[in-house]
Amino acid sequence: MDGHMAPPLNLEAIRADFPILAEKVRGKPFTFLDSGASAQKPRQVIGAMVRMMETAYANVHRGAYHMSEQATEAYEAARGAVARFLNAGDVREIIFTGSSTNAINLVAHSYGRGVMKPGQAVVISEMEHHANIVPWQMARDAHGLELRVCRITDSGELDLDDLAAKLADGKVGLVAVTHMSNVLGTVTPAAQIARMAHEAGAKVLFDGSQAAVHRRVDVREIDADFYVFTGHKLYGPTGIGVLYAKGALQEAMPPFLGGGDMIAEVSFERSVWAPYPAKFEAGTPPIIEAIGLHAAIDYVTAIGMPAIEAHERALVDRAMARLPQIEGVTLLGRAQDRGGVFAFALDTAHAHDVATLLDRAGIAVRSGRHCAEPLHARFDVESTCRASFGLYTTPAEVDLLADALQQAREFFR
Amino acid sequence: MSGGLFDDLRDLYQEVILDHGRKPRNFKRLDDADRSARGDNPMCGDRMELFLKLAPDGHIQDAAFQGRGCAISMASASLMTDTVRGKTQDQARKMGENFRALAMTGICPDCGGDIAEDMERLAPLSGVHDFPSRVKCATLAWHTLNAALDGGAKEASSE
Ligand SMILES: Cc1ncc(COP(=O)(O)O)c(C=O)c1O
Repeated sequence: MDGHMAPPLNLEAIRADFPILAEKVRGKPFTFLDSGASAQKPRQVIGAMVRMMETAYANVHRGAYHMSEQATEAYEAARGAVARFLNAGDVREIIFTGSSTNAINLVAHSYGRGVMKPGQAVVISEMEHHANIVPWQMARDAHGLELRVCRITDSGELDLDDLAAKLADGKVGLVAVTHMSNVLGTVTPAAQIARMAHEAGAKVLFDGSQAAVHRRVDVREIDADFYVFTGHKLYGPTGIGVLYAKGALQEAMPPFLGGGDMIAEVSFERSVWAPYPAKFEAGTPPIIEAIGLHAAIDYVTAIGMPAIEAHERALVDRAMARLPQIEGVTLLGRAQDRGGVFAFALDTAHAHDVATLLDRAGIAVRSGRHCAEPLHARFDVESTCRASFGLYTTPAEVDLLADALQQAREFFR
Repeated sequence: MSGGLFDDLRDLYQEVILDHGRKPRNFKRLDDADRSARGDNPMCGDRMELFLKLAPDGHIQDAAFQGRGCAISMASASLMTDTVRGKTQDQARKMGENFRALAMTGICPDCGGDIAEDMERLAPLSGVHDFPSRVKCATLAWHTLNAALDGGAKEASSE
């Protein structure tokens, strides 16, 4: 993969871009290993949002005056940046939403209920985030869809034989699976999954909330029908998410929310929907957030997604080499293809106790079930700690985690 | 040899707590329980089921629990089942109220009188007040106790 030939990151310069990394926690340097929950923001993103509010802000698509035209242009330029980031063929395939959660709910509503027929099935997997489980349960209950759950293997990879079996009867209308697990770090073989889904007559949605942060995504290369990610994990602001959806599908789908901006014509008798993607962007959109997301995309693109992928892979390899050597530490899943996220457990202490100890050392990890309760049930563990890396994570921080875990094991003998 | 890194956490993880967390007392199902309730902190994955045996006059004759959770939640349930045994329901509720205040603020508003000795035993858990995200671990058992005393049909949560 091209990632492995990328030049190393200039970590010192990168870290200087993130003001929060200079903060101290309980007198210790802030070791932030929870980017998978939400990433920190570089000055470039913060600055772009402030600049917009100070110099170029107004509502979009509404005013026939200079500021509104400027804001509209900036908002649409952000759409263009997202399209290039995902290598979409057409900017109109990019819908701005409030988050990944909103984007998946949009598809569950407008495609799951709006296009799919009762009796058809949706396939998800055992390693989904709740955001890619619950909307399908709601669509199942409201619209008579069937929900099928594709198994994962003990190493934490999608069981492709099981996927084939789940697709075999031709009743599946949509395969909705993660492109990268937020717990195990597993990257799924998206192109292969899409091929299998398409051969069975199904469409495919990838939850790219994690994947889009850790590697280059090309929606045309993998032939995704829907692709979802969220701004705040990509060093951008909260309040913005992205849904990539092929034009023909958007054409066929009824709107999700009704309101301003999504209509071409309104009378009290009826409304005519605006052409896509506007028909899926009801109300005032996250304008400032779109500007922030654009800056975040420019930021990671300038560093290079392949370089970021290689950097994080090296960090994971380092962690995978050190952690299993600590007595009592186990790792959840052992996927071959993975990004900068992994979950672990200590035999003598609950994840919460471990997280409290690590916090004392200035280290922030997530503990609990990480919005993936069924996955924890699958591995028969109550809860885990999860470390996740960002482009600013250093090898020294991985060592710090390992050292602190060693001491935590001694504390909870 | 616990490593200097975590020495200041000994206030939170006092030896009593580690001991009760590791070897919880009254950790069993009471087959002849008169009341029971489940407690759940969905975010942390703490889960317990509490069993109460009531005497004819209504006081708590026996208390036991089962479950999985962090050291704090297990120790709290263990200490709670030890201390409410023999108490009237009103005394147990009053202890719970005071314990919640203790866990949140580190100060016990009304810990004298007939519950003084028992509140003393619970005092090691007061260290959680410095750890806002962990307070609910300590209070889960007491929320579950209230649910059991209220009739036990519903699920308790300290979130
Ligand atoms: C894999 C995955 N899917 C979906 C989400 C939901 O993202 P958001 O909360 O921004 O909607 C997350 C993050 O929490 C995630 O990791």
